Amino acid sequence: MTNSIAEIGGAATILAIGTNTTQAPPVLALQAKKAAREGANLIVANPKEIDLCRHATIHLQHRPGTDVALVMGMIKVIVDAGLADMDFINSRCENYDAFVDSLSEFDLPSVEKITGVPGELIGKAAKMYASEGPSSILYCMGITQHCHGTDNVWSLSNLALVTGNLGKANAGVNPLRGQNNVQGSCDMGALPDVYPGYQKVAKPENKLKFETAWGVSLSDQEGLTHSEIFDDIHDGKITSLYLIGENPYLSEANANHAIESMNRLDFLVVQDIFLTETAELADVVLPAASFAEKNGTFSNTERRIQRVRKAIDSPGEALPDWQITAAIAQKMGAKGFDFDDESQIMHEIASVTPSYGGISYDRLEGGGLQWPCPSPDHPGTPTLHLGKFGTPSGKAQFMPLSFRDSAELPDDEYPFLLTTDRSLFHYHTGSMTRRVDGLEQLDSEEFLKINPKDAASLGLEDNEVVQIASRRGQTQAKTKVTKICPPGLVSMTFHFAESPTNVLTSPALDPVAKIPETKVCAVKLEKA
Amino acid sequence: MSKVTITIDGMQISADEGMTVLEAAQAHGLYIPNLCNHPDLKPAGLCRVCVVKMDDWKVTVSCKQPVKDGMVISTEDPEVQKIRRNTVELIVADHPMTCLTCEADGNCELQRVAHYVGVTPEGLNRYRRKIRNIPMDRSNPFFDIDHSKCILCGICVRTCDELQNINAIDYAQRGVTSLISTLGNKPIADSRCESCGECVVRCPVAALAPKGAQEPMYEVKSICSYCGVGCGVMLGVRGQKVVSVEGDRNNPVNKGSLCVKGRYGYKFINHPERLSTPLIKKNGTLEEASWDEALDLIAEKFSGSKGDKFAALASARITNEDNYLIQKFTRAVMGTNNIDHCARL
Repeated sequence: MTNSIAEIGGAATILAIGTNTTQAPPVLALQAKKAAREGANLIVANPKEIDLCRHATIHLQHRPGTDVALVMGMIKVIVDAGLADMDFINSRCENYDAFVDSLSEFDLPSVEKITGVPGELIGKAAKMYASEGPSSILYCMGITQHCHGTDNVWSLSNLALVTGNLGKANAGVNPLRGQNNVQGSCDMGALPDVYPGYQKVAKPENKLKFETAWGVSLSDQEGLTHSEIFDDIHDGKITSLYLIGENPYLSEANANHAIESMNRLDFLVVQDIFLTETAELADVVLPAASFAEKNGTFSNTERRIQRVRKAIDSPGEALPDWQITAAIAQKMGAKGFDFDDESQIMHEIASVTPSYGGISYDRLEGGGLQWPCPSPDHPGTPTLHLGKFGTPSGKAQFMPLSFRDSAELPDDEYPFLLTTDRSLFHYHTGSMTRRVDGLEQLDSEEFLKINPKDAASLGLEDNEVVQIASRRGQTQAKTKVTKICPPGLVSMTFHFAESPTNVLTSPALDPVAKIPETKVCAVKLEKA
Repeated sequence: MSKVTITIDGMQISADEGMTVLEAAQAHGLYIPNLCNHPDLKPAGLCRVCVVKMDDWKVTVSCKQPVKDGMVISTEDPEVQKIRRNTVELIVADHPMTCLTCEADGNCELQRVAHYVGVTPEGLNRYRRKIRNIPMDRSNPFFDIDHSKCILCGICVRTCDELQNINAIDYAQRGVTSLISTLGNKPIADSRCESCGECVVRCPVAALAPKGAQEPMYEVKSICSYCGVGCGVMLGVRGQKVVSVEGDRNNPVNKGSLCVKGRYGYKFINHPERLSTPLIKKNGTLEEASWDEALDLIAEKFSGSKGDKFAALASARITNEDNYLIQKFTRAVMGTNNIDHCARL
């Protein structure tokens, strides 16, 4: 997030797009609901009539995958109405003229045709966002999990820039990160193209820096992303995989491909707290400590680094993940893994990661610190981009965009569009939440949400088992007949191993972020 | 903010303009008995227990009365004592006397208030006492609702409305049959309740009580392991088991709020299916092995697949320190940048 969670409550207008906020980060949704209650405008842009719509001023119910058209259409309204913040644009941004040229394809009649949202409503939302600030954008996987996810994010950046809603309090472009330490994993360089702190692998000076710090020579080739790793395993190029705390058997788009790939490995090591579906495929399974059994830090969606503290001992011989990795490294004769405790690791992190340069466990005793925090006397950064942007020129770039369709849309053979969402009561592939009896009682199986009209046309009743098939696989689930989904759109979670939704989803990747398009694929339905 | 001075029972205290008398007293550590007030909620003025006498003539509820400079407040005036004792006696008169086995025992606002205002058996016997017999709602897996213990303070209703904006419950019926109800008086599990438990933690009695709750022996401050919000939690521990999770009110992110997973979704931690030893696949089945055996095998296999034949997938669920070492291992020991994690899923 460019801004902090507490700032959401201070926004005068909130645009929540591609986020089912009350279900996925429910405590953060309290801020949006509070703001709406106290008079802020809440614009919900979502193909489904999600729970947050109850609190919304405007619901833009656009077709899945048409976010670029919707948002660029809003921007065109703003520019045409003279509501662009020209002082901000002139002083803090670049490439505005080329960007304005790219708006010509997004006239309201065209946008209405692509998105299915009445042009008048788009215009109203656009003017509200532009003129009643500070305006905050909240987004989540509904924006990113598309073959044009990067364009979707750029469109939101454009919208915030054109109205001067970046680099100030209670505004910003705020991705709501879904997993407890997904921000931290990225910060720590668990990514193929960057070292810790987003220092590019491709830059020789960074490679040299880490070679010096670690006393080894490093590869100058960027590595492969998640989906590409499974492709290379499939092709026999990668033969060993060390997989920690993840369950691609259920979570990977086009899951059958991932399962087949893992079966082709020479050697698979899985490190987890439970024997997940993925762990069952492993050659070696290593028992890890849960969060309640270890010390360390998590970094949350607002870049706040907070202390995790050990409360109990691990079962049997389970160990904290870092100790396991260090033991493997030491067994292989490597140096630089002899840490006594977690605070020593943080000391090394701080020494090589500029944005974590001022982080130490002593300083985290209060409420944590938000990065960038480059030095021991730096107070942390609740709001990014105040005064200048972190680009080489210090200015933000407008990005000209054009609309691209999703990779796989419904046709005569696969007439329904399947999108994925989350349940309030479960987390990811359910390896933790499905082992909590009470959560299982509140939500025990997958439901295919389907509009009453579609259900009637297929002769399906509520709570009836339906066969769902895509070009890649098939599964079954019960129906939940509900107007939450508009006609033509069906929706499932992916929490339930009995109904593995990701055997259906599309592996089409965004060319930049390499994120799979799990929010849009075509399926057919039959009474089972 | 400008300051005013008021006098409470002969003590001069300063207060911020806009505060209520009750808030001013509490800010100075002075107790005025009350039942329907909660610091997270707007004052409701429902229970009439916090009455005080103002400027020697007017009896008023202190949770609704704004402070004024020079105001003189008595909390021990005989008329005040009589009113609040009668009020509390009426609440206690139809309340079950099962204190020793009650979930709230020792932590019950009604006990505290009754003791403070001087409720006696003689006083209670002036009333026709009849405990309300309404079946308990046990439909929610995490908490029970016992209407017979409910004092109708409305803290749960206001929590669900003002703080959560969910509005699963409200007052229903009238007079002596009044109760807190879901829409259509359905079991709570069939209502729009999201099981966040925010009402349960604020219930001043045990009308809302967690199922099978155990008092922890000690608490450890940590961070929730579910979504990316990073709520502060207090893990309650007893005998090497996590037995409770409370929101950390001092955490700047959630200020004590939690969702259903954060508050009640902790039983995976001590689940019997937790992995407790390394496993090695032999003849197609995973068999228990020692750490030495597992590490030797891994070191041998990984040594033979250095470079781009190797990949590691780290995790968005583990700590920064864990992730840092895994990427360092992949880059520095295995000699490849094939390191990613589940950020995109």
